Amino acid sequence: MSIQSESALTRRKFLGAMGATGVVCVTAGLVAMPSLGQAADAPAAADAPAAAAPAPAPAAAVNMDEIIAKDLGPGKVALEKVKIDTPPKAENGALVRMPIAVDHPMEADNYISHLAIYVDDNPKPLVGMFEFTPASGKAEVEMRIKMAKASQVRAIAKSNKGNLYGAILKIEVAEGGCAG
Amino acid sequence: MADIGEPKVRGPEKPLKKGEAALIKTLIKHPMESGLRKSAEGEPIPAHYIETVTAEYGGATVAKATWSGAVSKNPFFSFYVKADKSGPVSVTWKDTKGQEWKEKVEIKVE
Repeated sequence: MSIQSESALTRRKFLGAMGATGVVCVTAGLVAMPSLGQAADAPAAADAPAAAAPAPAPAAAVNMDEIIAKDLGPGKVALEKVKIDTPPKAENGALVRMPIAVDHPMEADNYISHLAIYVDDNPKPLVGMFEFTPASGKAEVEMRIKMAKASQVRAIAKSNKGNLYGAILKIEVAEGGCAG
Repeated sequence: MADIGEPKVRGPEKPLKKGEAALIKTLIKHPMESGLRKSAEGEPIPAHYIETVTAEYGGATVAKATWSGAVSKNPFFSFYVKADKSGPVSVTWKDTKGQEWKEKVEIKVE
């Protein structure tokens, strides 16, 4: 689909702007992508109406489910459509690149309205909440965050119809970033 | 308070096709103090970070970010707008002390 080639093009432009040091980071990000895509396939059978399906999540994630429900509304998060394009090992915890893309139409009656980014182990897990309209054209953002230590990071998108999509990625941190 | 402000906004330089998604990149100098750190003397450093970034284009808000203090110092933020007609994309940053910065970029639509 055209979204893939467009984002590749943007990345190339970005590379041009960032010079040689940027190449290392971006290349690592590309290598990391396929494994993330595969991992996202597993629990994706979420389209069936959830009769009485308690989430089979580990203990630590229960709390996150409550936080996500409070921020974005109730519903099961389908682990699809969202991509966190960050290398799984951050060299500098003060500056962890967080490019996030949601592969979803942005049409008048069918679009992504919200995207939330969480660092599970933070005292306040919600790091950023983004709001979009059909005039955004793409539900795709990039920001940089601080991480003191390794944590699970998740990006959860919500459509205007209330459907939730997400991606989860464990990020290791070589050097913690909250001290300075 | 030297290292604060100087907002920058960049967009595509080439004219866009109508309906094309335009990548907008922004940068601003800001300490982004989370409120969780202590000074060398052990005093807590008060929270001071950018809470919202809002982008307006064609008379409407097209993207909005709400941040915590866990966003990196001198925050970079990029997003897209759907090119409709030539005009400015205006970005406003607001921090926890009520300080506000504005900057814009003109995008061209064929």
